[in-house]
Amino acid sequence: MTTETINESLDDAHNDDHHDHKMTGIKRWLYTTNHKDIGTLYLWFSFIMLLTGGALAMVIRAELFQPGLQIVEPDFFNQLTTVHGLIMVFGAIMPAFTGFANWMLPMMIGAPDMALPRMNNWSFWILPFAFAILLGSFFMESGAPNFGWTFYAPLSTTYSNGSTAFFVFAVHIMGISSIMGAINIVVTIMNLRAPGMTYMKMPLFVWTFFITAYLLIAVMPVLAGVVTMLLTDTYFGTSFFDAAGGGDPVMFQHIFWFFGHPEVYIMILPAFGIVSTIIPAFSRKKLFGYSSMVYATSSIALLSFIVWAHHMFTTGMPLFGELFFMYCTMLIAVPTGVKVFNWVATMWRGSLTFETPMLFSIAFVILFTIGGFSGLMLALTPVDFQYHDTYFVVAHFHYVLVTGSLFSIYAGAYFWLPKWTGHMYNESLAKWHFWCSLISVNLLFFPMHFLGLAGMPRRIPDYALQFADFNKWVSIGGFAFGLSQLIFLAVVIKCIKGGKKAPAKPWDGAEGLEWTVASPAPYHTFSTPPKID
Amino acid sequence: MSRGNQNWLVGAWLLIVAIFSSSTWADTQLNLTKGVTAVSREVYDLHMLSLYICTAIGVVVFGAMFWSMIFHRKSKGAKAADFHESTKVEILWTAIPIVILIAMAIPATSTLINMENNEDSDITIQITGSQWKWHYKYFNENIEYYSVLSTPREQYENQNGSFDGNGASKGEDYLLEVDKPLVIPVNKKVRFLITSDDVIHAWWVPAFAVKQDANPGFINEAWTNVDVPGTYRGQCAELCGKDHGFMPIVVEVKSEEDYDAWLNEQHALTAKAADAEKASLNASMSKSELMQLGETTYMAYCAACHQPTGLGLPPVFPALKGSPLATTGSAVEHINVVFDGRAGTGMQGYGKQLSLKEIAAVVTYERNAWGNDTGDLVQTSDIKAASEE
Amino acid sequence: MSKGTEQQTDRSNGKVIKKLVLVVFAMFGFGFALVPLYDVFCDITGLNGKTNDVAVAYKNDGIDTTRTVKVQFITRMAKGIPWQFEPVINEILVHPGEVKFVNFYAKNKSKRDIIGKAVPSVSPGIAGGYFQKIECFCFTHQPLKAGEEVEMGLQFYVDIDLPSEINTLTLSYTLYEISAKVDS
Repeated sequence: MTTETINESLDDAHNDDHHDHKMTGIKRWLYTTNHKDIGTLYLWFSFIMLLTGGALAMVIRAELFQPGLQIVEPDFFNQLTTVHGLIMVFGAIMPAFTGFANWMLPMMIGAPDMALPRMNNWSFWILPFAFAILLGSFFMESGAPNFGWTFYAPLSTTYSNGSTAFFVFAVHIMGISSIMGAINIVVTIMNLRAPGMTYMKMPLFVWTFFITAYLLIAVMPVLAGVVTMLLTDTYFGTSFFDAAGGGDPVMFQHIFWFFGHPEVYIMILPAFGIVSTIIPAFSRKKLFGYSSMVYATSSIALLSFIVWAHHMFTTGMPLFGELFFMYCTMLIAVPTGVKVFNWVATMWRGSLTFETPMLFSIAFVILFTIGGFSGLMLALTPVDFQYHDTYFVVAHFHYVLVTGSLFSIYAGAYFWLPKWTGHMYNESLAKWHFWCSLISVNLLFFPMHFLGLAGMPRRIPDYALQFADFNKWVSIGGFAFGLSQLIFLAVVIKCIKGGKKAPAKPWDGAEGLEWTVASPAPYHTFSTPPKID
Repeated sequence: MSRGNQNWLVGAWLLIVAIFSSSTWADTQLNLTKGVTAVSREVYDLHMLSLYICTAIGVVVFGAMFWSMIFHRKSKGAKAADFHESTKVEILWTAIPIVILIAMAIPATSTLINMENNEDSDITIQITGSQWKWHYKYFNENIEYYSVLSTPREQYENQNGSFDGNGASKGEDYLLEVDKPLVIPVNKKVRFLITSDDVIHAWWVPAFAVKQDANPGFINEAWTNVDVPGTYRGQCAELCGKDHGFMPIVVEVKSEEDYDAWLNEQHALTAKAADAEKASLNASMSKSELMQLGETTYMAYCAACHQPTGLGLPPVFPALKGSPLATTGSAVEHINVVFDGRAGTGMQGYGKQLSLKEIAAVVTYERNAWGNDTGDLVQTSDIKAASEE
Repeated sequence: MSKGTEQQTDRSNGKVIKKLVLVVFAMFGFGFALVPLYDVFCDITGLNGKTNDVAVAYKNDGIDTTRTVKVQFITRMAKGIPWQFEPVINEILVHPGEVKFVNFYAKNKSKRDIIGKAVPSVSPGIAGGYFQKIECFCFTHQPLKAGEEVEMGLQFYVDIDLPSEINTLTLSYTLYEISAKVDS
C-alpha cells in the first residue's frame, strides 16, 4: 500500500468526525448502525455473559468441592449445568466473535461499514431479550431448563419441567440474531472489499469469519427446526421424538448434532483466524502457508457436516455407521494438524517477542492441541464407549473452548485494544491476567481427564469417594480461574480511561489495513476505499 | 488481636487443612480401567496406543515451539527469516498424519468389529432403565427385579458429619451400591438387551467396557464375557433428570456353580414371595403397622421426588400433602396411580416393584401423614381388588 | 464513493441477501426433511431395528432349511399403562423363508377402556430389514375394554437373505397408552 492512500484515509476519518451527527447517551447505543459501536456492544455483552455463565459454573464447582449434597438440590444442579452451557456457547463465545467481526472486518477489507448496518443493529439488540428469557426462567415456577444444553428428547419434551417453551423461544431469538449477523458478514466480505483485494489476498482472519458465516447460515436454521419440533412435541401433540406416536428419540440426536457439530467449528474457526493474525505479528515473519491455511479451514468446515454421529456412538448404531463416522472424524485431524504445524513454522526462525496477545496465542496453540489430542482419542469408537459422557469429554471440550476459543478472544482483545481505545493497555497487569489464567485453567481442566478415565460421569451433582481428591483441586482451579477474569476487566477499564497513547501501529510486526488508520480508530474509516496492490 | 480476627484465622486454617488433607478419601485412579474382559483389555490397549501416539506428537510439536521460543527471540538478537511456504514440507506434514491415523484406525476397526458381534450368547438379560433405577429380567428364567441405590439418604444429604472434610460418615461404596445387584456367571457370553421406560439412560460398567444407551421404545444390544469373578460397579451415563447421579449399576460375577445356586435361590424366593402375597391378602394390618411399613417404603421409593415432607418439587413432582388425590379423592384412584403410574409423567407404576402389602402401607401412609388425616386404612386385599377389576 | 457505484453495491447486496435468505429457509426445511430422510436411512441401515409398519406380501423365495435362526420375543410396558402384555412363547426356531405364527397375550387390568399401541424394535438393528411381518397387531391400535383380554397374532417370516452372521434375532414390543391421542 502506498503512503498516499494512508494519508487519504486518515484525512477522510478526520473530515468525517466533523460532519457526523453522533447521538449521545443511551440513544447512541440503541440506534447505532456504526460497525464499531455494534462491535463494542457485542464485546461487552459477551463479557457480561461470560461472567454470568462463570458465576453459574462457580456454584457448580462449589457443589462438587466435596462429596455429598451441600449447596444445591440435584434438580437445580441440572438447571445450572444446562444454563451454564447455553450461556457460554450462545452468549459468551459466539457474540464475542461477532463483536470481532463487526469491529475488524470492515477495517481489514477497507470497507466503510458493514454492508447492512440497520440489520446489524437489530441482530445485536434482540440478543439481550433472548438471554433475559433464558435467565428469567430461573425465577419462574418451572425453573430454568434442566435437560442439558444438548436438550435430548424425551427429557426435554414429555419429561421436562415446563421450561421448554422459554428455552425454545430464547433459542429461536439467538438463532435469528446469529443468522442476521452471518448474512451481514457474508455480504460485507463479498461486496465491500477494497479494489484489488482478491479473495486470496484477504487476511486469514477475514477468511475464517467468511467460512464461519457460511456454516452459521447452513446450520442455525436446522437448530431452529429441531427446537420447533421440540416445541410441538411438548405442547401440540406431535410425535417427532416420541416412540408411542411413531417417532424416535434417537432422531432428535441426529438432527441436533447435524447442527451441533458444525456449531463446534463455528466456535473455533474464528479463533484460528485471530491466532493466525497475532502469531506472525509477534514473530515478525509472514504467516507460513497462507493458502494451505485457507484450504485447511475450508476442509474442516466441509468435514464438519459428515461427522455428527461421533457424538452418538453409544446410541446403538450399526457397525458400518460407527466405522464411517470414526474414519471421517479421524480425518479432521489432518487439516487441523496442518494448521498447528503452520503456526509452529511461522514462529520458527522468527524474531519473537512475548507481549500478552502473543502469550495467549502460544497458550492457545499448545492447549488447543491438547484438546485436539483428546478429540482424536474420542474419535476411536471402541474407546469412546469408555470416554463417552464422562469428565474426559468435559475436559476435552473445555480445552477446546476455554483455552481454545476464549484464549484466542483474549489474545485478540489485547491485540486490538490499542486500536479500539487509543491507549496501550497495562502490560504488567495483562501479564498477571495471563499467568493467573494459564495456571488456574490447567488446574481446573487437566485433572478432569483423570476423573473421566477413572469413571466419573458428567452432569452429576454428587460422586463416589475415589473422585473426591481431584474434584477438590478442580474446584480450586475453577474459583481461581473465575477470579482471574476480573483482572481482565480491570485492564480493559484502565485502558479505556487512559494510559500511554497508542500509535496507529503499536506492534511493529503487525500487518493489515486496520493499522493504517489512527488509534483510536475514527468513527468512520475508509469512506474512500484504499487501493490494494 | 480481636476476637473476630481470630475466628477468621481459624476459618482460614480449617480451609487450608481441608484443601490439603487428601489421604482420607479412597484411592485415586489416574488411568482408564483395564477391566476384566478380553474386549475391555483390547480397549485399554487402544487407549494406551493413542495416548502414546498423541504424547509423541506433542513432544515433537511443542518441542519445536519451545525451541523457537527460547532460541528465536528478538531479545537474543534473532532476525526473522523470510520463508513462508514450502510445498514439500506441507505435503510431508499432511502425509505423515495420514499414515499415523491409518495405524490407529486398523486396531480400532478390529476391536469394534469384535465388540459388535453379539452372536452365540449363553445368557440373555433384558435391562430397562427408568427414573432412577435399573430393572433386570433374565430371559426364559422368570427372574426379574429392580436394582436401586442403597446408600442411605443421610449420607448424601450430609445429615451427619457434613462438611467436616474427612468423609468419615460415608460408606466405602458411597453412591456405587445397590440393594440387588445384577448377577452373571463367569466365562459365559452374556447378552444384554437394553431399553428404557421413560427418558434415555445409559448402562455403563467400565470394567466390561460396555456402555449402551437405553432408548425408550427401542432395544439396543451389548455383550460381555467376564473372566474374573468379583463385584463391578458403574453408573448411568446419560443425563436422565434429577437423580441421574443416583442410579448406579452393580454387577456380581459368580463362578458357574455359585451362579446356578443363586438362580435356584431366586426361584425359591419368587415362589416364597408369591405365597407371602397370598397370605397377606387375608391378613389385615393395624394402622400403626401400616404407617410404619408405609413410612419405610415411602422413604425408600417415593421421597426422592415427593420429598420426605410430602411437599414434592413442583411443578414436576407434585405435593402429596393436602393434594386432592391423597385426601378427598377415592382410595381406589390413589391405589391405581401408585400401582400403574401416570402416562407421560415421571410417575412410574410400582405394581411390579413393591409387594401388595407395601403398596397398601404406602397408600395408607400417604393418606394419613403430614396432616392428610383421612383416616383411611388400605389393606392388601384392597390393592388386589383395585388392580384387578 | 460515487453515487453510481453505491447503487451498484446495493443491487448486488440485494442479490446476495436473497440467495442467503433462500439458503436459510431451505436449511430450515431441510431440518424437517431430515425426519422422512431419517426413516429412509433407518430402512437402509436397520438403525434402531425398525421393521415394516404395513403388511408385506409373502415373497416365496424358497426356504433355507440348512439354516436355523432363533427368534426371541420380549415385551415392556411404558409408564402408566395398566396392562399385562407378554409373548405366549418366548422364543421360536425358524428357517429363513419359513412363515411362522405366534401369539401375544394382552389384558387390560384397569377399570377403564384403554387404547394401546405396541411399538416394535428388532435387535440386532441390521436384522430389522429382514424381519418381515405379513400380519401384525402392531400395524394398528389395540383398544381393550376394561378387564378385556385378548390373544393377538403376529405372522412373519425371516428373509432368506438374512446376513449369514446373524443367527439370533430379538423382537421387542414396547406398549404405550395412546387413548388421549386417539380421542382427540
